[in-house]
This record gives sequence, C-alpha cells and structure tokens, in this order.
Amino acid sequence: MERADAVATPPPRGIAQVLAAGVGRILVSIFVPVVAFVVLWAGFLWLKDSGAPRIVIVLVAIVWGIGGVAMLYVVANWLTEKLPATWQGRILPFVFVGPALAILTFYLLVPAVLTAWASLFDANGQEFVGLDNYVYSFTNPEMVTAIRNNVLWLVFGTVFSTGMGLAMAVLVERSRLDRLAKTLIFLPMAISFVGASVIWRFVYSYQPEGQPQVGLLNAILGAFGLGPVSWLTGEPLNTILLIVILIWGQTGFAMVIIGAALKGVPDEMLEAGRIDGATEWQVFRRLIVPSIWPTIVTVATTIAILTLKIYDIVTAMTGGNFNTQVIATLMWKQAFTFFDAGRGAALAIILLVAVTPVIWYNLRQFRGRAI
Amino acid sequence: MRTIKWSRVAINLTVIALIVVWTVPTIGLFITSFRDKQAISNSGWWTVFTNPQGAFTLDNYQKVLFGGDGLATAFLNTLAVTIPAVVIPILIAAFAAYGFAWMDFPGRRILFITVVALLVVPLQIALIPVLKAYLAIDLNGTFLAVWLAHAGFGLALATYLLYNYISQLPKDIIESAALDGASHFTTFRRLILPLSMPALASFAIFQFLWVWNDLLVATTFLGTDQDVAVMTSRLVSMTGSRGQDWQLLTAGAFVSMIVPVMVFLALQRYFVKGLLAGSVKG
Repeated sequence: MERADAVATPPPRGIAQVLAAGVGRILVSIFVPVVAFVVLWAGFLWLKDSGAPRIVIVLVAIVWGIGGVAMLYVVANWLTEKLPATWQGRILPFVFVGPALAILTFYLLVPAVLTAWASLFDANGQEFVGLDNYVYSFTNPEMVTAIRNNVLWLVFGTVFSTGMGLAMAVLVERSRLDRLAKTLIFLPMAISFVGASVIWRFVYSYQPEGQPQVGLLNAILGAFGLGPVSWLTGEPLNTILLIVILIWGQTGFAMVIIGAALKGVPDEMLEAGRIDGATEWQVFRRLIVPSIWPTIVTVATTIAILTLKIYDIVTAMTGGNFNTQVIATLMWKQAFTFFDAGRGAALAIILLVAVTPVIWYNLRQFRGRAI
Repeated sequence: MRTIKWSRVAINLTVIALIVVWTVPTIGLFITSFRDKQAISNSGWWTVFTNPQGAFTLDNYQKVLFGGDGLATAFLNTLAVTIPAVVIPILIAAFAAYGFAWMDFPGRRILFITVVALLVVPLQIALIPVLKAYLAIDLNGTFLAVWLAHAGFGLALATYLLYNYISQLPKDIIESAALDGASHFTTFRRLILPLSMPALASFAIFQFLWVWNDLLVATTFLGTDQDVAVMTSRLVSMTGSRGQDWQLLTAGAFVSMIVPVMVFLALQRYFVKGLLAGSVKG
C-alpha cells in the first residue's frame, strides 16, 4: 500500500502545509518509539521489584515478554515504512534479520571469541599463560578422569541407545503391541534428565547390609541371596550406570526415528531378497540397514552430541562425586565454584572442538531432510 | 506355519519384557510419591502390592507444593520462563528466515552461513561471558535474561530450520502478494506465518521440551533462589541439600513431569517431527 501511495501524485499544497505535515510526521516518528520504549521499560522495572502475587507476576511477564518482542518488530517496521522507498528497501531487510543477528552475536559469536581468549589467561584473567590451561586439562588427574568419562558416555551412550533403538524398531514393527510399546518406550524422552535421575535413584538406592533395601536392583540381588552393592560409589561402574539413564531416555527417540525410516524401505526389495534365499539376518544386515543408514547416522550423531555435553544426569545423580565428573560438570565447577575463568574457558573450548566434527557430520546428513 | 507362529510369540514376549523394563522405574517413582517417609525408608515401593497398609497419602504433594520447598512457585516460574522462551526465538527466527529467503541485501549469503556455522557453539561457551555482561548491566536473575539466553541458544537452529521451510514456499504467492501492494511485513504476517505453521509447531514442541527440562541455563542466569528458581533447579537443590527427604523429591519430580508428559501424549505425532527437526540443537 505504501508503494501505491508513493506512485500517486500528491495534490498541490502550500509550503506551510508541507512543513507542518513534515514536522508532524517527524514528531510522530519520534513519539511512537519513545512511547513503546517507555512502556517496555516500565514493565521491566515493575517485573523486577514487584511484590505482587507470583501468579500475577508470571502472567504479566509472559504477556510483556511476548508482546514486547512483537511490538518492537511492529514499531521498527512502521518507522521504516515512513522512509523514502529507496531507504526502505535498504533498511527493511535488517529489520527482519537484524534482531536474530544481534542476539546470535551477543550470545554465541562474541562469547566464543571471548572464551577462546580467556582460555589463554590465568584464573583472574590477568596473566597470559599460553596453553597452560589446556595442558592442565589433559594432565590433571581429575580432568583426565572427566575426559575418560566423556569417552565412556560417547561410546556406550551412543552405541547402546542407537543399537537398541534399531533393534526395538525392528521388533516392535512386527509385534501387535507396537503402538503401546512405542508410546511407553518413547515417553522418557519427555522427562527431564533431572526427573529421570530422581526416578533412577530408586533403582540404584543402596542401604548397608541388614537394612531393608528400597532400591530395585539391590532388592533383586537380595532375592537371590546376594549382598547389596553400593552402585554409585565405585568407578567406572557408576558412570556406566549413569549412562544407563541416558540410554533409557534416548532409546525411544532412536526407535521412533529409525522406525519412521523403516516404513520407507520398500517391501518388494525385502521380498526379492527373501526369494533369492537370504535369511532374515541377511535381509536385515544387507538390505534394511544400508537403506536406512543416513537415519541411523543422524540419530547416532544427535545422541553423540548429547553425550559430549552431558551435564544434568551427573549433577543430579552424584554431583560429579566418586569420579563420575564429565567435562561439562567440571567446566561449571571451575568457572562458578573455583572461579577459575581460564580453566573453565579451556574446558568449554575443548567441548566446542569435540562437538564440531559431529555436528558438521550430522548437518551433512540432515540437509534437505528438514521437517 | 508353526515356526512363524512361535517366532510371533517370542517377539511379543520380548516386546512385553521391554515395556516392563522401561516402565517399571517410572511406576516405582509414581507409587513412591504417594507413600509416607516411614514407609519409603523401611520397604521397597513394590511391597504395596502385597502389603498395602499405609500406602496412600497425598502429604508429599501437599508439602512439596505449598511447604518450605514452594514447588508451586517454581512451577509458575517454569511457566514464565518457558512460554516466552519458546515464542520469542520462534518469532525472531521466522522474521530472519523470511529475510534470508525472500529479501535481497548485501552480505545475505555470508551472514546466513555465519548463522549456520554458529550451530556448533555449545552453550557452555557462552555461560561466563554472558553472565559477566548480565551482571554488568544488572540483568541477571530476571526472566528477560533467561528468555534472551534461551533465544540465543535456540536461534541458530530455529533460523536454519525455518529457512529451509520458508524458502521452499511457492514463489508465485509471495510475488503476487507484492504485486497486490502488500509490504514485506504484511506478506510475512498474513501469508508466511500461517503457511509455516507446521514448521513453527514442530520447532515449538522441541524448544518447549528443551526449555522446560533445562537445568543449566536456568541455574546460571536465574539462580537457585526460591523466588525465581525453576523446577529443575529446585529439584537438584532438593537432591543435594536434603537427599534423605525422598518422599518430597518423588512428588516434586512428578509435578515437574506432568506438563511435558501431557504435551507428549497429546502431540506425539508432531513431537516426532519436532525431534527430527531439533536433532542438531547446539
């Protein structure tokens, strides 16, 4: 509509009128953003210090947050449309992509650079120490254990979640209980790792011998006359048992995604294989697996990224004690408990370097398959 | 014929066994959340089937929600964090995706590649620098701080996914809208947003789960003070500080699961799409 207006010849007007209209327009153009800003600012201040009941604060916060962002776009667009057409064409794209770029710059790009820089300095960021923090990360026993644990997470978590997901997808497909099984095995995906950790505390719980065992695993052992085991204190068994929680949570994801891919494998191809005398195992190994390989890779890399960055399960189950720490929990500890910014930063960079090839591979598989 | 039948039985039995193994831990927690402290520490939850006395109490829920732990407040805080932290990044990403797909400006390609490249940055990298910046401008501990952080960490993926979708929309409708005199903004609001609903919804479900279940971002930028803390960080405090109050922990864990599990059960189909879409979250 703006463009149509611009093309139409304006009716002749007196100089005073034009001036007044121009000044009016400028005033309005200033007035509207200022009002928008004041409203948002007032909302922010109110939210920060309000003593209102929590429910009121929460409702206001939701409306203020969502409405505020929408309003910023509307106002920015409205302002841009007041500009002459050429300037509008130059500025409008940045009204659209600008906020995203600004946020990404502030939250990812600049922090990545700052963190890389900080990893070369000492705890207070005062003294340049070169690669000392990295040397420390790969030599300090606690750190080495963390890295070992992350490797355990990566290998066991990824292999078992994906492998069991694949096996279950094939099994469930042939069962009458497929819908029920899918829903129930997939359900843990909706549960937070923290919630899952609480659930699994009741599986791994340990009481000294002679006292009633309320943990499922020790109760089962007890039923066979075997003594209770303190599952979470001995390494590396404890890390493996924490990985079981991840597997419990992620197998359903692998199963459902791989199951969706299995539906796409043409039946004729499998039949042809069977007619040629292939056993079921050969059909699976030589025909099914290769045709859904890209999906398996996507699932495996997705879970691999998750295992490299694992944090919640360890924090909620053991707090990183008993040598269960991983890179992410140590990073948090270095940064926020010991306030050693340099070591924390080095660990964050190690994490970045570890996930980059996996994500790159994941993206390559993923491209063109989105949504 | 007979062998096929037996393999059927074997498969069904295996599947039943798997279902049991997968559900028993959750059932155990569910039952435990209705038992009192005494019962929980004296006998396993499975004994309720043989010895149901004193098995059922709502005390744990009552206490954890409205007692000293104030999980009811944490529930509200989680809502206040989650809803905007889902909507805001989607809105911003949709604008950006449209801009990258349908507007022409210098540096478009290189800027878009930068956005995609940022997918590899783990959010751990941002914690310290962002926290420092927040403290400097006194923003830490506010909802806005967490929304923007979640937006920042979800935006690269959201923009990438929505770009894939929005750039595939038919060119004619967008051009004919421009011919009819619609501005970019009008086209975006009236045409692109409604047409992109499937992609928006898929990403929304994924982001919802991610934010609702997140511990790290909320703990860092919102803190663990009871007034503002979300449920996950309250639960972790409960496991740490008073690991023996299990009866409260179980009820608390269940309260924190209700919403995502309901969303999951109601939207399972979209959920799969959302997970597929969200598979590369940085």
